[in-house]
Amino acid sequence: MGLLNRLNEPFEGGGIVLGTVEDILNWGRAKSDWYLQFGLACCAIEFMAVNAPHFDFMRFGTIPRTSPRQADFIIISGTVTLKMAERIKRLYEQMSEPKYVISMGSCSNCGGPYWEHGYHVLKGVDRIIPVDVYVPGCPPRPEALEEGMILLQKKIRHEAIFNKRKRIAEEDKKLGLNIK
Amino acid sequence: MGEKRKIELDYSQLDSERMRLNVGPQHPSTHGVLRLEVELDGEIVTDVIPHVGYLHRCFEKHCEKMEYPMVTPYIDRLDYISSMNNEWPFIMGVEQMMGIKVPEKVEYLRVIVSELNRIANHQIAIATFGLDAGAFTPLLWLFRDREMILAILEKLSGGRLLYNYFRVGGMAADIYPTFKEDVLAAISQVRKTNPEILNLLLLNKIFIDRTASVGILPADVAINYGCTGPMLRGSGVPYDLRRTEPYSIYDRFDFEVQIGKGEVGTVGDCWDRNIVRYREIEQSCNIIEQAINQMPMEGDVKEAFPKKVRPPKGEIYCKAENPKGELGFYIVSDGKNNPERVKCRSTSFVNLSVLPEISKGYMFADLIMILGSIDIVLGEVDR
Ligand code: SF4
Repeated sequence: MGLLNRLNEPFEGGGIVLGTVEDILNWGRAKSDWYLQFGLACCAIEFMAVNAPHFDFMRFGTIPRTSPRQADFIIISGTVTLKMAERIKRLYEQMSEPKYVISMGSCSNCGGPYWEHGYHVLKGVDRIIPVDVYVPGCPPRPEALEEGMILLQKKIRHEAIFNKRKRIAEEDKKLGLNIK
Repeated sequence: MGEKRKIELDYSQLDSERMRLNVGPQHPSTHGVLRLEVELDGEIVTDVIPHVGYLHRCFEKHCEKMEYPMVTPYIDRLDYISSMNNEWPFIMGVEQMMGIKVPEKVEYLRVIVSELNRIANHQIAIATFGLDAGAFTPLLWLFRDREMILAILEKLSGGRLLYNYFRVGGMAADIYPTFKEDVLAAISQVRKTNPEILNLLLLNKIFIDRTASVGILPADVAINYGCTGPMLRGSGVPYDLRRTEPYSIYDRFDFEVQIGKGEVGTVGDCWDRNIVRYREIEQSCNIIEQAINQMPMEGDVKEAFPKKVRPPKGEIYCKAENPKGELGFYIVSDGKNNPERVKCRSTSFVNLSVLPEISKGYMFADLIMILGSIDIVLGEVDR
């Protein structure tokens, strides 16, 4: 992490920067995440407000993309119903690796206000796709979503890129799973 | 070589192959999770079938299971852009069943918050409609103003979007000391931005080209389908529940019901529906101004709270003018703490049903404009 700590200082005597490839790649990836422009329910309105000038989501380096193939992460903003769950799964599968998921609001975290009698509501989007960051609230305040974004950036910065498969395979072996 | 024969083709008789296209449910301009099955002949829309149900959140089931005060948060989540307006008809219905008369101050406060929310709703409607047409700047301006309104509503109720502020017999909390100044400041800001939006978006040549005489909804069709709100008024029918059947204290205010006049195209086109929304913002500002000056600042908003919300046996249909149209709740009570049955007459669902009728024969790109001009909210369509 030597490079990242010194980014704010000028590099004397020319533009040579030393660092691990992983650090530099992650640094770049964390600051230019594109998200899938996609809203589900009430939380999507709050998400729109985050995009609007008052909260200005784009200062995190995010740009909305309308195609899942170009998106780095997806924000599940709202209630996931059983009818929609299938679509969300497919959207997630269409995104290219590496991909991340922010679950925004109680509904997509756990079913929210509909957890008890909502016969048509999926009780948590993590039952169908893996979630990286959970943002609580109904709806979450824009500041909360922004903190979720910062957390996601943190996660991306500290991610292992190389030998990832190998490492995962080792972990799987430890758990007794046999996935090729 | 024989002589050349002139062949005349009537192109309208040529039968080309129809194409079926799926729009949504994650399409950015379907305003939520609506799926449209579109049949196209070249680029001309020949049929549209809306598929709903992607956001069915079991509202009516929840009403049967919850006590009356617990139902209000779910009503917020029907039309989540205008929660304050949603709560009103339900609360009013329960109050009428129980025979509660709310204090003057509460009535005025209800009018003010509802009209503020109506402004916020129309701002989103115009902003997203502009977005569909490719105009991004109005969205930024309108959302900037909307934050001022949300700040007031947040200080009153504690929520930015979903308020749960109305109670049977009163309001959840009293006004705060600088309420009046804040409201007046918000109104003057809205009034300042409005002409800018008019020049930037609504009178823009490109915008007029795209919306004038597109998606024409004749008045008789609108009435037959049961459209209400700006949809109906855009077609030139001056039907506004605040004026035709004044509920609460709306008969005390001086405002004009706005109708579409076909200034740039035909009566009832997309442009008319939006200019009606735009002018309603101004009218709402007038109503708020009158209300805040007449409102008694002293008094207790929780005065008329009943000990227990338990309406007597009976049924009632109570309706109010939502920003999107007439929202009504049919409440059946069997004298218990829970409603026996609540049926919601949701505006967006009824308004959406007219889409196949008015979008046939237009280009596919126009279909997006027509859908945007209806101003649906999927939470209310699917409930
Ligand atoms: S968490 Fe709350 S605000 Fe968000 S979608 Fe669910 S009900 Fe709506």
